[in-house]
Amino acid sequence: MKFLDVIALCEGTLLTPDVDHVPEIKGGFAGDLMSDVLASIQSEAVLITGLCNPQVVRTALIADVRLIIFARGKNPGDEIIDLAIEENLPVASSHLGLYEISGRLAQAGLPSCEMEMNLFRKD
Amino acid sequence: MSDQAAVSDNNAGMITRVEELGYELKVGQVMTTDVVTFSPETTILEALDVIKQHRISGAPVTVDGKLVGIISMEDLIRALRDGRIDRSVSNYMSKDLITVKAMEKVVDALKIFAKTKVGRLPVVDENDKLVGLLTKGDITNGLLNALQRDYQAEEIIRYRASHLFEDIESDRTSLILRYRIIKDDFVHGGAASNNIKRALLRLGANRQIARKCGIAVYEAEMNLIIHTNNGGFLRVEIEPHKITIEAYDDGPGIEDVEKALTPGYSTATDSIREKGFGAGMGLVNIRSCVDEMNIKSSKESGTNLYMTMYLDKTES
Repeated sequence: MKFLDVIALCEGTLLTPDVDHVPEIKGGFAGDLMSDVLASIQSEAVLITGLCNPQVVRTALIADVRLIIFARGKNPGDEIIDLAIEENLPVASSHLGLYEISGRLAQAGLPSCEMEMNLFRKD
Repeated sequence: MSDQAAVSDNNAGMITRVEELGYELKVGQVMTTDVVTFSPETTILEALDVIKQHRISGAPVTVDGKLVGIISMEDLIRALRDGRIDRSVSNYMSKDLITVKAMEKVVDALKIFAKTKVGRLPVVDENDKLVGLLTKGDITNGLLNALQRDYQAEEIIRYRASHLFEDIESDRTSLILRYRIIKDDFVHGGAASNNIKRALLRLGANRQIARKCGIAVYEAEMNLIIHTNNGGFLRVEIEPHKITIEAYDDGPGIEDVEKALTPGYSTATDSIREKGFGAGMGLVNIRSCVDEMNIKSSKESGTNLYMTMYLDKTES
């Protein structure tokens, strides 16, 4: 899905207009627990989250996320925006909730970027 | 369609860098210094011959190096129309001159070009002595050369890093990165992991390996920030065929390692969960990212977490 279509669908505002973005987003992932994100997100996804701190940006960088959307109208502070700009990672804010955003994107055809987990493997 | 978008994105990046260069580069760095000039007494006929010979479209007129006018193709055409090729250029040159200084920014010269529609700008020093000539073509060439230099500099850095292991001969070459992680320093949490990931990419590791390693180290880093008494250390040793990561602290130790390895088991407080951590997935995540994981933990000596990733088998 086109980068700008993702933002339009969730009625979001791009908070880093000067940061270069990829043309296409491969899929979506929603979550507030960064360990969950790290555990099962695939590369090149949009990360939709209600958590609003610098760890979201750092987690996204590690996980090769292409866009962060802060849900429920959460507005990241300068510290977060500055870090995102420094690291060339686009971030947006949307007044919609996690479920609403995920639903809209899924309905518009954006696939899930959540890997199936087999956590209970024993070595 | 997506290809087109990709191109326009690249262009956007280029324009930004070009704009930056417009501010960095000075007129003196891009101007032509080997300038064809006329004296005021040069005849129109002579001027036409020189202009044809050098394939230029105009030239400054100087007296003892000092700029007194500029003659352009339009001026010469006017003289031809008047049938006065025997007259001197001083009769047809324009004396109302717009000039720039060598220390001025290229972007300012571009603004003059846009505003005045002149084709060339004489570059003069404080005493109006001609030091060069600037055309839009000079600026384009100057910018392209600067971009090329940028590109080569970045290529050299990447090349040097990725050939580090090939360039240095020893019986066992390794690169060791060490980071001190401070207890409760959530603001910088993940910074060390991202630095390690970047280092691996620079060294030529494939993206998948760098990402997995980044995730494992990130979890270890957050564990040091959240669960230790005094923070701890991360030590990453990179060798051509494997990466060894060690995270160690001086306490309080993990009470029940077996339990800590259970997905979802967490001893984190609510305030830590509010920060998005303490999901009880840390060690589980690490185990799924690395090839080998070992924990030694005791109340007395704290926790040592060893992780190993082998590079050969997943190389693509």
